[in-house]
Amino acid sequence: MTHPTHTSPSIWQRHQVFEKNSILLVIGILVAISIGGLVEVLPLFYLKSTIEKVDGIRPLTPLELAGRDIYVREGCYLCHSQMIRPLRDEVERYGHYSLAAESMYDHPFQWGSKRNGPDLARVGGKYSDDWHRDHLRNPRSVVPASIMPGYPWLEKNLLDFAHIGDNMSVLAIEGVPYTPEMIASAVSDVKTQGSADDAATPAFAKRYPKAISRDLGGNNGKLTEADALIAYLQLLGTQVDFKLYDDKANIR
Amino acid sequence: MDGIAPKKLTIGEIGLSVIMAGLAVFAIFVAAKAWTPEYAFHAYLFAAAAVAAVFAIANRYLSRPAITPQEIDGKPNYNFGPVKFATLAAMFWGIAGFTVGLYIALELAWPIFNLDLPWTSFGRLRPLHTSAVIFAFGGNVLLATSFYVVQRTCRARLAGDLAPWFVILGYNFFIVIAGTGYLLGITQGKEYAEPEWYSDSWLTIVWVTYLLVFLGTLWKRKEPHIYVANWFYLAFIVTIAVLHLGNNAAIPVSLFSSKSYIVWSGVQDAMIQWWYGHNAVGFFLTAGFLAIVYYFIPKRAERPVYSYRLSIIHFWALIFMYIWAGPHHLHYTALPDWAQTLGMTFSIMLWMPSWGGMINGLMTLSGAWDKLRTDPVLRMMVVSVAFYGMATFEGPVMSIKSVNSLSHYTDWGIGHVHSGALGWVAYVSFGAMYCLVPWLWNKREVYSLKLVNWHFWVSTIGIVFYITSMWVAGIMQGLMWRAYTALGFLEYSFVETTEAMHPMYIIRALGGGMFLAGAVIMAYNLYMTIRSPEPVALGNRAALVPGE
Repeated sequence: MTHPTHTSPSIWQRHQVFEKNSILLVIGILVAISIGGLVEVLPLFYLKSTIEKVDGIRPLTPLELAGRDIYVREGCYLCHSQMIRPLRDEVERYGHYSLAAESMYDHPFQWGSKRNGPDLARVGGKYSDDWHRDHLRNPRSVVPASIMPGYPWLEKNLLDFAHIGDNMSVLAIEGVPYTPEMIASAVSDVKTQGSADDAATPAFAKRYPKAISRDLGGNNGKLTEADALIAYLQLLGTQVDFKLYDDKANIR
Repeated sequence: MDGIAPKKLTIGEIGLSVIMAGLAVFAIFVAAKAWTPEYAFHAYLFAAAAVAAVFAIANRYLSRPAITPQEIDGKPNYNFGPVKFATLAAMFWGIAGFTVGLYIALELAWPIFNLDLPWTSFGRLRPLHTSAVIFAFGGNVLLATSFYVVQRTCRARLAGDLAPWFVILGYNFFIVIAGTGYLLGITQGKEYAEPEWYSDSWLTIVWVTYLLVFLGTLWKRKEPHIYVANWFYLAFIVTIAVLHLGNNAAIPVSLFSSKSYIVWSGVQDAMIQWWYGHNAVGFFLTAGFLAIVYYFIPKRAERPVYSYRLSIIHFWALIFMYIWAGPHHLHYTALPDWAQTLGMTFSIMLWMPSWGGMINGLMTLSGAWDKLRTDPVLRMMVVSVAFYGMATFEGPVMSIKSVNSLSHYTDWGIGHVHSGALGWVAYVSFGAMYCLVPWLWNKREVYSLKLVNWHFWVSTIGIVFYITSMWVAGIMQGLMWRAYTALGFLEYSFVETTEAMHPMYIIRALGGGMFLAGAVIMAYNLYMTIRSPEPVALGNRAALVPGE
């Protein structure tokens, strides 16, 4: 290497401070890697389009939350996205494109990155509970060419929801609007939502507007993991009424 | 050596023993009160590992000399024990990870392989595959090579006495906890960051120790300059720490529950996840492995690094730009457009520093190109740099929004990842391991260069099968999803696109099987190298001079 000797130090010589001092090198690395992350992440906590509230969005019921925990546990997000892009074919295949608000209470988000199976962002209400039950037990019984694994253990495992209130307490700390009342009645709400003709249904419906409440297996007193997962799947994408939603209010 | 010094327990030995004994008691307490048997199992694993650590420390004390000299006859007394362990662990985890990968490839081709059992279903095995190859195989390669290179280029023994062993064994224990957790359904549901809060906390302790050992060794260096490979290792260690802490911020439901919830949600969580996810690629799978390029290729080719100035420019440009690229995983999602565009712009610009690294690696061969014909180890590393160049060209192309609208959610992404993971990361790792094993076990050369040649060709053909089948599958499925009939209806149902992929999935599994076969050949070759009775004299290799 040749260096000019008569002028101020070259940039290569100046760089030697990093090459000779490990702490300066660490600081230089920290500065270089901080800028991009800060610029891209921080505004998302303030911009209207990303923190906007949309009518109809409510926290998951305890049963739906238990179902979502199973969805996460089984790694469903590795084959199913929950994010409909505003592209013609996706909107026609799956429904209205996904809004930021629709996953605002999702800890963590489950948008996914690969579709080995179809998007599930709006699967709620598209199939019957019985279809889902058959499909989870043996996907090929209803979709012969499916490559999805069977999940027969879900309808054999009784749902363990003794601690579901604790789960909700943590989510409440993280900003999901669960009230103390919701948390206190979590265990009974699971049973109420999973069975038909429960006297507690009106109080439950007040806490969780428009939540489905029917015999998801709870009428025989035994809710399974499949029942909880189905309750969650039937909710997906049904909270926002797109006849009333104002597209123009949320330009992103 | 001072032969009359009496042997005494060091403060570190006493302290770590006490901490580990305390951890064992605490873990048994947690296991007794755990909410689920899966979590209790993990608590018992912690207890067993902590007890084993106490015994290992005692055992080591009995067999070690009173004082471990920093130098012997004026030459550094290098600490290669942890390096050897990590090298062997890398080979083991590599084969485990490739095998699981092959298995889930078969599941996608023939779903009956899921066996209708929780522990073998795709959703639980895929994180096992990705973590085993990235963090277990790749991680151990990075630990082994970084601990080797930093000692050699600093001409100093690794800092710390127990600390390097704590890093290596602690990291592999993290792998065991994470991997068994996936099989048992313990996951926090974030891609490439699936381990739950207690595994993450353990990894944090291990990682901070790793940084301190690495820095401590730099502080002991006999050279005024820090060699370029060490800049890349340092950027990898520091940035992974930042990413790990940011992405895994979570609140556990209870000390007695494996379950936690990530503090971030929705759009913010998506952005933070891919800030983490893409930079796990950028710093774990790129910066760390570029460090390997900067040491092992010059060493093997016996040529200096092509351009010192290029290494400075592409180092800073690479680490500055990579951090911005995350949003290209979120094109057309609910993430604001400006963030998507920013991510795309930086992803395209990233092409340049990436190719800066490729050029610097390839041009180091100047004057030594003939060695590619005779040295399959060097050929493997050079081909890895070529794959690096290819993957870092394909990446920017796929980050363009209009391309991404087709490629996203399809197997094109899987193909892209594997041209990087198999062609680049695994190949440069294999090359480094073929160099390291003879160096560490004092052999002249690997047992059989002919077998290295076999490994190279079998796995290269495997990679070609893999990535071409995934290109075809991905582009085909992307086009089928958006195909319309003449009447304006969507032409294919989703499951029809799935059916169309079947032949491609079989070819992919074949490619993966060949790649695995190559690795098995390698394991045999390394085993025979270690066993072969052909020692060479210690210390006849000169350290690479920084600034070359």
